Amino acid sequence: MNKTEEKTKEDIVEVDKAFEPKIMAYVCNWCTYAGADLAGTGRMEYRPNVRIIKLTCTGRIDPLFILKAFENGADGVLVSGCHPGDCHYTTGNYHARRRWIAFKELMEFTGIDMRRVHFSWISASEAIKWVDLVNNVTEEIEKLGPFMEYKELKR
Amino acid sequence: MENTLREKAKELLSSGEVGVVIGYGWNRKKTRTTPVFITTPEETDKLIFNELCVNNLSVYLTRKYRDIKKLGRPAIVAKGCDIKNIAVLISEGQLKREDLHIIGMTCEGVVYKQELWQGSLKPEIMPVKCHNCDVRNPHITDTVIGEKSDFVPPEEPTGMVFDKIKAIDAMEPSEKWAFWMEQFKRCVKCYACRQFCSLCYCEKCIAEKNTPQWIETSAHERGNLSWNLIRAQHLAGRCTFCGECERACPVNIPLNLINQKLVLTVKDSFGYRSGYDPEEHPPMIVFDPEDKEDFIK
Repeated sequence: MNKTEEKTKEDIVEVDKAFEPKIMAYVCNWCTYAGADLAGTGRMEYRPNVRIIKLTCTGRIDPLFILKAFENGADGVLVSGCHPGDCHYTTGNYHARRRWIAFKELMEFTGIDMRRVHFSWISASEAIKWVDLVNNVTEEIEKLGPFMEYKELKR
Repeated sequence: MENTLREKAKELLSSGEVGVVIGYGWNRKKTRTTPVFITTPEETDKLIFNELCVNNLSVYLTRKYRDIKKLGRPAIVAKGCDIKNIAVLISEGQLKREDLHIIGMTCEGVVYKQELWQGSLKPEIMPVKCHNCDVRNPHITDTVIGEKSDFVPPEEPTGMVFDKIKAIDAMEPSEKWAFWMEQFKRCVKCYACRQFCSLCYCEKCIAEKNTPQWIETSAHERGNLSWNLIRAQHLAGRCTFCGECERACPVNIPLNLINQKLVLTVKDSFGYRSGYDPEEHPPMIVFDPEDKEDFIK
């Protein structure tokens, strides 16, 4: 084994050690998922830390999903859907918005850092907005580090 | 007051207008009040009403208690704060207004916990809701019993709960987290909060759904956090701050804080106060396209 090879091996180990945030994204089928798809077909590059779960509508996103993501080791959560007025089912995102307004207050009140939970409206044509959002959120959560408070809870 | 109440109950039962009167009675040692279900005119002497009547009896109108429903059309002895819960039940289609006779009791406050009672009602032993009560003269009734109260609640809600909410709001996220984990750690998942709540009437609670297991059933920190958060969320826009969950909690988790926080949020964001108008839709099943938020980018 020569020296250069050894070095690369060390590098790999170091890369493994670096913190790669796990981000859970709950997106709606009709807008944000299509937007993310457009980013893919447009061959735009973005951080691979996001795990997308496609749901029919933002109205389907139960506040429990956010807690469940944290329970399963996510460091951040992204929730995104159609812009108000654009919902495929006419009103799903309006209902979701009400729920988030209450749940966001609740999470803030219990001390969940709101820099770890992001809400956004992204339409099917806003691939660039999606790419920017994922990059920014990943960067922000990288700075915050792993969500140790939640991971250290007794279970 | 008690005599009028008994007379009214007797009249309702003997005329056959109602099948059961849900009210308060003494326990054997006459130290605490306990719910009584009166089905015959002879038993109406058991009915009482005093400052110890802190229980919210509206829970017996829900579908959790089918055997009480079988007794016939109910009449309920209710304070203003209990009537708020009845109003929410009506607005959610759990009850019909005409299927129920509400005997509204005027009230000058009750004790926070019955064990604190020492013969007289002092402000220190009254719960926060009584100090801010605007329904001492009950607002939805068929019969009103008692002298009219001229109490005017303070403009800004005051009391320990509101002070503590402000104090928590001013904390750093890590401090808030530490505070709540210290509280939730004690939870033993007895679900007393749910059993006492007249608005927790789901036949199958989310905590019992196990494919997948949404809320971990063991009483560990992680499961306790999700249970308490989700219960609060499910009461958003519905909770009337009757305080029964906190009173029932065997380990004294300050559930009033978390519920009142959401009551305030719903009031600020959607301009809705639960329990006043049974005709109005609860805020979480309707929406306004103009709802304001600043966190969705």
